[in-house]
Amino acid sequence: MSRDYEIVIGLEVHAELKTATKIFCSCSTAFGAEPNTQVCPVCSGFPGMLPVLNKKVVELAIRTGIALNSQIAEYCCFDRKNYFYPDSPKAYQISQYALPICFKGYLDIDVDGKKKRIGITRAHMEEDAGKLVHQGDITTTPFSLVDLNRCGVPLLEIVSEPDMRSAQEARAYMEKLRSILLFAGVSDCKMQEGSLRCDANVSVRPFNQSGFGTRTEIKNLNSFRALEKAIEYEAQRQMDMLEDGEKVIQETRTWDEEKQVTKSMRSKEEAHDYRYFPEPDLTPIKIEPAWVEEMRQDMPELPDQAQARLTHDMGLSDYDAALLTLTPGNMAFFDECVSQYGDAKTVANWMMGELYRLLNQENIEIEECLIKPAHLAAMLKLIDDGTISGKIAKTVFEDMFSSGKTPDAIVKEKGLIQVSDEAALIPIIDEIISANPKVVEDYRNGKEKAAGFFVGQVMKATRGKANPAIVNELLKEKLGREN
Amino acid sequence: MELFELTLHELRELLEQKQASSTEITTSVLNRIDHVDKELKAFITINDAAALAQAAQIDARAEYPGITGVPYALKDIFCTRGLRTTCSSRILENFVPVYDAHVVQKLNKANSVLVGKLNMDEFAMGSATENSAFFPTHNPWDLQRVPGGSSGGSAAAVAACEVPFTLGTDTGGSIRQPASFCGIVGLKPTYGRVSRWGVIAFASSLDQVGAFTRDVEDCALVMNIIAGHDPMDSTSVKVEVPDYTSFLNRDVKGLKIAYPREYFDEGVDSEIKAAVLRALKQYESMGAIVEEISLPHSKYALPAYYLVAPAEASANLARFDGVRYGYRDFQAENVVDMFSNSRAVGFGDEVKRRIMIGTYALSSGYYDAYYLKALKVRRLIYQDFETVFKKFDIIVSPTTPTTAFKLGEVSDPLTLYMNDILTVPVNMAGLPGISIPCGFHAGLPLGMQIIGRAFDEGTIIQAAHAFEQQNDYHTMRPALGVK
Repeated sequence: MSRDYEIVIGLEVHAELKTATKIFCSCSTAFGAEPNTQVCPVCSGFPGMLPVLNKKVVELAIRTGIALNSQIAEYCCFDRKNYFYPDSPKAYQISQYALPICFKGYLDIDVDGKKKRIGITRAHMEEDAGKLVHQGDITTTPFSLVDLNRCGVPLLEIVSEPDMRSAQEARAYMEKLRSILLFAGVSDCKMQEGSLRCDANVSVRPFNQSGFGTRTEIKNLNSFRALEKAIEYEAQRQMDMLEDGEKVIQETRTWDEEKQVTKSMRSKEEAHDYRYFPEPDLTPIKIEPAWVEEMRQDMPELPDQAQARLTHDMGLSDYDAALLTLTPGNMAFFDECVSQYGDAKTVANWMMGELYRLLNQENIEIEECLIKPAHLAAMLKLIDDGTISGKIAKTVFEDMFSSGKTPDAIVKEKGLIQVSDEAALIPIIDEIISANPKVVEDYRNGKEKAAGFFVGQVMKATRGKANPAIVNELLKEKLGREN
Repeated sequence: MELFELTLHELRELLEQKQASSTEITTSVLNRIDHVDKELKAFITINDAAALAQAAQIDARAEYPGITGVPYALKDIFCTRGLRTTCSSRILENFVPVYDAHVVQKLNKANSVLVGKLNMDEFAMGSATENSAFFPTHNPWDLQRVPGGSSGGSAAAVAACEVPFTLGTDTGGSIRQPASFCGIVGLKPTYGRVSRWGVIAFASSLDQVGAFTRDVEDCALVMNIIAGHDPMDSTSVKVEVPDYTSFLNRDVKGLKIAYPREYFDEGVDSEIKAAVLRALKQYESMGAIVEEISLPHSKYALPAYYLVAPAEASANLARFDGVRYGYRDFQAENVVDMFSNSRAVGFGDEVKRRIMIGTYALSSGYYDAYYLKALKVRRLIYQDFETVFKKFDIIVSPTTPTTAFKLGEVSDPLTLYMNDILTVPVNMAGLPGISIPCGFHAGLPLGMQIIGRAFDEGTIIQAAHAFEQQNDYHTMRPALGVK
């Protein structure tokens, strides 16, 4: 059925900007404090209080705009978005409506090797709302608690063009946007803490139709997975409706993580009329082009540039480069390790293999990992100089991961130094050969597998420390000599 | 002469020469309030104990620079730390701020003694102080009449010699109109001249803080204290503040005075017109150049004002929900009822009317026809003034179309709104304007408005003082409280 329809997706992403203080007052923005301990008369909407714009917010918004290939407004304004809800103590949000700070940008995504450019309509500054804590469900809670710590935390709302055509593209856009924001150093992008949030506008249309279908907006998408699943579900729901001759209703829907369905929140008729008007408490913002240029010169490396460096200069595959540039933490780890070790491909293999496996297993970020780039580099050198075998290295790596010790310390402590000394290996080999005459006979009769048995026995006897190359050589010599 | 009858500059002299103490003056003022306020009803809160304690502290230091030791009172729209601030509304009946408004901080620093908080129209919405949720204030010249509004308490208190100076706010005439009705001096400075921080907002793009005094010299002294940039109010402007007393005792030879024909039309009482024309003749005889001009868009100022001001008010007043402060209906069974009952009981009729007008004007589908159009009209009004000020130094007109009317006499809101017809254009243009007494009719004072260029309060003070020197209207006192 879906072959007859095209899915059209646009995303609205809210990213908390990484400032020490809130957008209009000097309260801290730190996450996780006791409820209502980071509030003041300004951010809790007391009478007579006035907002004062935090310049850092403007700076981070401009940096984001540059990173997203946007135009930066020379002149922009704040507006009041009126809505009455207990998480908004002023009953309006100071946002940008008519004149956003950034507009007409784009980013490039890559899905299954296919590159695509996604337009970014605008990005505007606004203040975050507080948080409501219900006892269970909102409809049955006997009372609700309000935490205003988040109220006034600066946000950048980044609105895409309806350029995405699949859930995978939407996810790729979101992942790319996240890595850009992280590389640009403008946001922590922690979806689980809510510092990166996403709403998706979804519609479907028959392939031959030029106009868009009726869209729904899905809220509450707290992870990449939820984004992908919700869009898949919602597109299918809309296609089923059209197939059944029903009409899609323009409405706001929410993603139910438990039931894996989207549910109606409010229809267009119930939609808020935000009654936007220019914020009279703040003067328009004039942005000097020279300031923007200064920031442009000062931009750190962004994911696309980093990927190009990894593929062109270091010869890595597009796939490897994309994974290594997912976050600046990964990038920094890789770069540091390569600078100490040299061979990019080997570093990439170890990171993409062992390191990512363990990080996923423990569900932690690379920044929280106990292995430091220098440790990995040192371990790779130990393999190269024959101190440890590649096989032992995996054990050492796991130990480094859990203990944070250097590879030298682990190798020394556990006696894992590779045995390459022939004088030490010969008696062991002799003993095994004499204890297994049957296998020796098999070998001599041409059973190649038998050689593997002897190597395995030697490794077992040396607890993996024997240098496999030397063991092979000695075995060939011994078994051959007696032939 | 009793101490309470003296002006600010006379009291300053006594204090400086140690002929009176702050305690003596404060006691005299408090006694006067005690004596007449039962009839006048200017005060909502009397801060007697704290005022006397402060006066005693000042006297202990026995140094009286500036306005040290002189009592004053505030419209109850200025937040005062630890002293209840009601805005004459039920919804803030028990609101005690934890902060002082910026101008209050300045007056504290100047060691002026705060004796109390003054009645006003609820949330500054009104022209008669009859919209106070608590009680109406009376005009000291005729207790049957209103003092004007919204700063009626501030004007009545100064006119009745309850206190030498007060502060008020002016959004559409709320300082100049009551000053005119009460026969005193009331200056609304340029928008951005005085900080609005800590002043409960009515219409943020129009509200401005100003002073009520018995003569122009006092006005200059108070302006010296309250004017100036405040980084906490983004709309306060960083321009140099002159010593306003330097504009006193200057002649007006060659001063170019315009009078707009639209401000002298049939809607204005003939006695008032005659008095202002007489004043213009006097200016001419003093060497000023007087010419009639036109401000063609002024006639649209009132309807445009009644869109812009209520629109901003509808957002500013949405925060009063009974949750964090103010009146709350504790009987409500659920949160929605709690909000709506608190607001239904907490707000008066005029406030509700303006919230509804403003909400309507900003609504989707009406914004362009109402709010946006009003902003365009505002621009045209400003350009009218700009054109005139290319050739002229000040503009002179009547302050109000009528003298003080009787309490309960005007019940139709539209008729009441018309009382601001000569003052509203000045707010729409953001310009400074003063009202000074220029005559009496049937025992009631008449007011003359002098409008100046943006941030040129100095020339207004110069012209006002020159007129005052030639007349004795400012020395007239109502008979209130005379046995």
